[in-house]
Amino acid sequence: MGSTLTNPFGTALALFRSKLGGNSRAVFWCLNHDKKLVEGCPPSQKRLKSNGKRQMLARRTKSTLRGGWRIALLWFASASALWALKPDSASGRGTNIFSPASTPAKSISDLSAFVLVITGIIFLVVFALLFYSVVRFRARASDGGREPAQVYGSMQIELAWTIIPILIVVVLFLATARVIHAIQDAPEPPGALDVIVIGHQYWWEFRYPKLGIVTANELHIPVSDLDHSTPTFLRLLSADTDHSFWVPELAGKTDLIPNHPNRMWMDPQREGVFLGQCAQYCGTQHAKMLLRVSVDRAEDFSAWVRAQQKPAVEDPSAIAGRRVFEQNACMNCHAVGGTPADGRFGPDLTHLMSRATIAAGAAENTHDNLRLWIQNPSAIKPGSLMPAMKLSDADLDGVVSYMETLR
Amino acid sequence: MSSNVITASVGQTEARPWVDELHQWLTTVDHKRLGILYILSALLFLMIGGVEALIIRIQLMHSHNNFVSPEVFNRMFTMHGTTMIFFVAMPVLFGFANYLVPLMIGARDMAFPRLNAFSFWLSFLGGLLLYFSFLGGSGLYGAGNAPDVGWWSYAPLGARAFSPGHSSDYWTLALLVSGFGSIGTAINIIATILCLRCPGMKINRMPLLVWMNLVMAGMVLLAITPLSAAQIMLLIDRYLGGHFFDTQAGGSAVLWMHFFWIFGHPEVYVLIIPCFAFMSEIIPVFSRKPIFGYPVMVAATVCIGFVSMSVWAHHMFTIGMNSYANSFFTLTTMAVGVPTGIKIFNWIGTMWGGRIQLKTPMLFSIGFLFQFLIAGLTGIMMAASPFDWQLSLSYFVVAHFHYVIVGGILFALFAAFYYWYPKMTGRMLSERLGKWHFWLFLIGFHLTFDVMHIPGILGMPRRIYTYEPGRGWDTLNFIISIGAFIQALAILVFVANLVISYFKGARAGNDPWDAWTLEWSISSPPPAYNFATVPAVASRRPLWDLKHPEDPDSRYE
Amino acid sequence: MACLIIAESAIFTIFVVAYLFYLGKSTTGPKPSEVLETPIFYTICLLSSSLTIHLAAKCLVRGIGFAFLGFWLLTIALGGLFLYGTAMEWHRLIYEHGLTISTNLFGTTYYSLVGLHAFHVTAGLIMLAIVAVFGLAGRVGIKQSGRIEVLSMYWHFVDAVWVVVFTVVYVLGR
Repeated sequence: MGSTLTNPFGTALALFRSKLGGNSRAVFWCLNHDKKLVEGCPPSQKRLKSNGKRQMLARRTKSTLRGGWRIALLWFASASALWALKPDSASGRGTNIFSPASTPAKSISDLSAFVLVITGIIFLVVFALLFYSVVRFRARASDGGREPAQVYGSMQIELAWTIIPILIVVVLFLATARVIHAIQDAPEPPGALDVIVIGHQYWWEFRYPKLGIVTANELHIPVSDLDHSTPTFLRLLSADTDHSFWVPELAGKTDLIPNHPNRMWMDPQREGVFLGQCAQYCGTQHAKMLLRVSVDRAEDFSAWVRAQQKPAVEDPSAIAGRRVFEQNACMNCHAVGGTPADGRFGPDLTHLMSRATIAAGAAENTHDNLRLWIQNPSAIKPGSLMPAMKLSDADLDGVVSYMETLR
Repeated sequence: MSSNVITASVGQTEARPWVDELHQWLTTVDHKRLGILYILSALLFLMIGGVEALIIRIQLMHSHNNFVSPEVFNRMFTMHGTTMIFFVAMPVLFGFANYLVPLMIGARDMAFPRLNAFSFWLSFLGGLLLYFSFLGGSGLYGAGNAPDVGWWSYAPLGARAFSPGHSSDYWTLALLVSGFGSIGTAINIIATILCLRCPGMKINRMPLLVWMNLVMAGMVLLAITPLSAAQIMLLIDRYLGGHFFDTQAGGSAVLWMHFFWIFGHPEVYVLIIPCFAFMSEIIPVFSRKPIFGYPVMVAATVCIGFVSMSVWAHHMFTIGMNSYANSFFTLTTMAVGVPTGIKIFNWIGTMWGGRIQLKTPMLFSIGFLFQFLIAGLTGIMMAASPFDWQLSLSYFVVAHFHYVIVGGILFALFAAFYYWYPKMTGRMLSERLGKWHFWLFLIGFHLTFDVMHIPGILGMPRRIYTYEPGRGWDTLNFIISIGAFIQALAILVFVANLVISYFKGARAGNDPWDAWTLEWSISSPPPAYNFATVPAVASRRPLWDLKHPEDPDSRYE
Repeated sequence: MACLIIAESAIFTIFVVAYLFYLGKSTTGPKPSEVLETPIFYTICLLSSSLTIHLAAKCLVRGIGFAFLGFWLLTIALGGLFLYGTAMEWHRLIYEHGLTISTNLFGTTYYSLVGLHAFHVTAGLIMLAIVAVFGLAGRVGIKQSGRIEVLSMYWHFVDAVWVVVFTVVYVLGR
């Protein structure tokens, strides 16, 4: 089988072989009975007691890249990986951990690049050794069925390949510890925005305690810049099971665990909408507990805050729908600011129309979706904890109109 | 009494009626038969767990798919994980240990044959209990059906409040029962190895497979029991009104995580160390050289056993431990990579300078080395806790652990199957089918699990029954699913090989591979009593000494 | 048996860890210092039963069957007395102080830990009773001394666990 050496490994191998002299005969070294190392051995088994002397085997070799399939696959995989990892530009649609927009995500991305380089080198070295040994030391008919030299080991080599990995571990650990400390123990500057995040099955509650805002599923935070940092510090709580707040381009994930408050922070340096979702399996609809973080310019953020701080719009045309809302069980779960409805089990609806999606991102916030959601939540999110209220069509339309006034 | 009636030997009288044969198998205490029973039950659960995986992959083929409902999907990934870890991987490894350890140390049977049988049946019963949950009854939101809490059943999701009905209880009980079986087997293995070695087999002359099963058994004693304790606590919470993990009463969900992972991490080492054992037996034979650095291999294994008990919270990097705890577990996790790496180097060192025969067991071993290297390196990546804050709970980590379990453990198991099937049945597996199996599985494996790292990097979390389009995950998931089907095909080829070769395979003699450990000195399959006379050994490779009397190992050790 | 003891120690360790972790964290309900009374007498009973079983095993090896049986039965009696004491204590805790396994974290962890130990004592007593039956029938001799040794190892383990549980619950916990 001819070999076409079209890849770097093959080229390197060819170079190595040519250095050894491609046509030399097999040479073996052995201990003779006086325990001296001599060239040439009896045709039966060759033996080397492990005394650290390296065993030299030079053989005529023909390379057949039987492992070529695996190589090809590897290149394909890494090529497609590299291609797929090309980060989306700041279009806001990406959730690529390697396209960070905030300091914690950036520190992680930089550390990760370092770790990847080191592990990549380790991989290449060890893979090269493995590949070489498979190709070079394959049994061939020309061997005549002899057993190779029975080498038991070598303390020097063992020490070498123990010490070097230990050193690598130390270097990696030190680099990592710095980043751990920088992210986790970062002090909260006085200008920071505080948000309390409460995880529910299957939606996110956001409270801005100092601003008096309660909203759900879509987080608005101000953009920050490195000179005048206005980071956002999140306090993570849970009302039921474990959840995890993950917006990859803004920060690493942190879990929301009941009875175990957590803290995380981010300081996004570009505007836009950043996507994420719950990462800790929390029940049936874990998959549709999506996150939408809108990073706004300072003025836009202030405008948003002011709009959220207002109580609910009182639109007289929706009075019928509002009555249905308040007379059915809706207000047991939902709150609408400035009205008697103050349920906390479900999302706050005061400014429902200011959100782009409903049901924690499961559907766009359109008239039809809203209607379908209220009529039968399981149609959009089967397993959601909102019951179908079995409203009549008229009542349903009324409630939807009422919802649509809550801008 | 022969141990296998179907390969009839000359002079055999008429075959026993099948009822008697079945009775023999059901009441056996012979370690060889129990080993085979473990392996067969593991293969059965492998098929079932594999179907669950295919269901998962079909559902995830494209975004917003509705092949199955979210409830069914959640049950699928829970059952797939639980089945594969507890009812495939552990039993098959115990099965091989059961079969091989007494043979390799020259013993008649395990130290406690009846405990051995009891442990097997407990383990099998656990599997049946788990699957009985599908029939377990009806209830609200599918409660009373198969468990859907993930194979870790994190608190408080596993509590009565969030998992009503009995589905979660089947999970708990199945694991509790089979856990006791595992402890029984571990006690048996340790007692056998410490007490029943043949004359001359000092502890530093045991085959590496025996050493590694010893370390594995020791770890089982210390690792499975925390899970048993946690399961008891969960049952107390669910049925006696306890508050161990009840966050409303001041209990701690994090405590469950600690207890689970104190089990969970050593558990994966319990699974991989016997696979290291297989590699340490197979690679030398097919490289025609002794294992490079036997004492270092033993030391590294023991070291892994100890250090792996200190790394568990690397599964909990995202739960909000303080920076010192995160740093500590980063360090220990990276440290455990050192002895593991040393073993890889030693295996390559064994191959180096050898005369490598690329038969099917060796093909799978080389695959193991390649894949375990990659898996270890992605593990090191996630050991860096900030990197883990992004990668954890995503498809990257799913890719990583499947790389270890499928690319590492399953490949090593396939190698072990091809290597020891002749000993167990007296027939060789077909090399042709073996090569088909290998290449098909390799392609499918890499198509699935190489690509699977990418959605993780692109932000796809795990345990989601569907995902949003436009995140760049669609095509990748499609490719992953195709790979899964290719692997399924390869498994079918494997099973076909097992069955066809049983009836039509070439007869294997005592020693088809020209190997060096004691099991190859007796017939294939071995007689019920194993050794007609108790063997005495003078070195680590007793059969090498016999075959090369002018140059025995004993001179050099 | 040594392996079994190692495994069982791990299980007990987890329950002890849970107990220690939850000390002082109960949000409501009786506290340990309010309701626990140190069971000194019953502890002495259990610990002396370790001595008696040791003596029983020694007598068996020396072939003094009568003394073996006597010490063996004394062991069972002392063990039974310990269980009685535990039962009395639980009765008092439940009916006088209203502390059950579901009352609060203390209740859960206390009953689980002490209960797990009592379960192991009970299992041990059953095994000892079986041996006693064989002994009374004259079937236990020097040949069985190996097995008696193994069983007494288990009993010593149960006692050792009690020392730990006692320290954690009644000394540290208060």
